[in-house]
Amino acid sequence: MNSTVKHLVDPNDFTVEEINQVIDLGLKIHKNPASYARLCEGKILGTLFYEPSTRTRLSFESAMLRLGGKVLGFSDANTSAVKKGESLADTIRVLDDYCDALVMRHPMEGAPKLASEYATVPVINGGDGGHQHPTQTLTDLITIKHFKGHIGSLKIAICGDLLFGRTVHSLLKTLSRFENISFYLISPPELKIPKHLKDYLLDAYKVSITEFTDLEDCIEEADILYMTRIQKERFLNEEEYMRLKDSYILTRDKLSDAKPELMVMHPLPRVNEIHYDVDGDPRAKYFDQAAFGVYVRMALISILLEVADHA
Amino acid sequence: MLKVTGIQKGIVIDHIAKGNGIKIFEKLRLSQVDYPVVLLINVSSQKLGQKDIIKIQDNVDIDFTMLGLIDPKATVNIIEDEKIVSKQSLEIPREVTGLFQCKNPRCVTSVDDYAVPKFTRVENGKIQYRCNYCEELTEYKL
Ligand SMILES: [Zn+2]
Repeated sequence: MNSTVKHLVDPNDFTVEEINQVIDLGLKIHKNPASYARLCEGKILGTLFYEPSTRTRLSFESAMLRLGGKVLGFSDANTSAVKKGESLADTIRVLDDYCDALVMRHPMEGAPKLASEYATVPVINGGDGGHQHPTQTLTDLITIKHFKGHIGSLKIAICGDLLFGRTVHSLLKTLSRFENISFYLISPPELKIPKHLKDYLLDAYKVSITEFTDLEDCIEEADILYMTRIQKERFLNEEEYMRLKDSYILTRDKLSDAKPELMVMHPLPRVNEIHYDVDGDPRAKYFDQAAFGVYVRMALISILLEVADHA
Repeated sequence: MLKVTGIQKGIVIDHIAKGNGIKIFEKLRLSQVDYPVVLLINVSSQKLGQKDIIKIQDNVDIDFTMLGLIDPKATVNIIEDEKIVSKQSLEIPREVTGLFQCKNPRCVTSVDDYAVPKFTRVENGKIQYRCNYCEELTEYKL
């Protein structure tokens, strides 16, 4: 194990300063991608996808290719040698000689952390079960910084499944580390933020949290509206579902009460929680968000490979 | 009262809560060793009413982390020349490696044979451990 290698397994592996460094570099790359096009020449990023996630994998591959680097890996554990019951430690010990950094997507929680203990190159968590997905969080943050100019002093409404949503938990924990953040959390009663997480955020970061069941009750106030998927099966109570289902579908109509400078975000893919009629509204930023995912991953890879200063 | 002779050199684990003696005996795999071991149960005690005691002859190399986890109130006396040369009090361990499984079935340590579960204690008044990999809380029970 090489303890001087920097990994991104958990958003907390990076200080707020380091997060800002990644985001600021990502924004610079976005402005002038040509100057970074050869930054990772001669480097290889290994993409170890133990479960398919086309979006995340292509976003990483695009990031590495745009930096002039190369990628190799697998996109499904069934088609790869790893299926034969090899321990993760053995796989990593072999593959880290083939690559300069590794991205791992794994259905088992904690797998990237385990991998980082054996890897001699940086490991990036590309999502581990219901646990963490730190590059999604970086994607959310760079999008906010691009459109708002800053990450602190914002009223952020988050709507949907706040109980199980890993994207949401990671975002809440990371945003809370920035200054003066207020959260409006909108969810059906069964899908409220877990109590331990709420207590932790209040206790550790003194953020302000207000909970709602109807989106209409706080949309006027929000600077950001972060929508997430919510599945009918998650509701325990059919009546509650019938009462609330429309409340969680964002339409252009509902946006009429919102601030003109509101940002509507979504980690994508969406199911029906944002009506297509919102797409044409200038406040819809979810496709920009997906694009920024590539820039922030470019920045992250450059920093972890320690080539960021060579541009 | 039943008479058991003192030991010449080894360890006496004293003040074990009644009932925990057999658990410690099993967890430390004392039935499989080749040096003399005595397990005493239901011994009368001024402090505890009744207590269990384990005496281990010749060996002082036991897993104190495990002991602290099972019965942190037990005391450990190291014996040399039939005298107590040091007393050790136990603590509930802060870090635990490999002594129990993470309760999360989706945890990587639950499926990867090579991965050893590692935990860090959470200070919340209970004996709960956070998995160093998946972060789930597991309450330690025998
Ligand atoms: Zn675990």
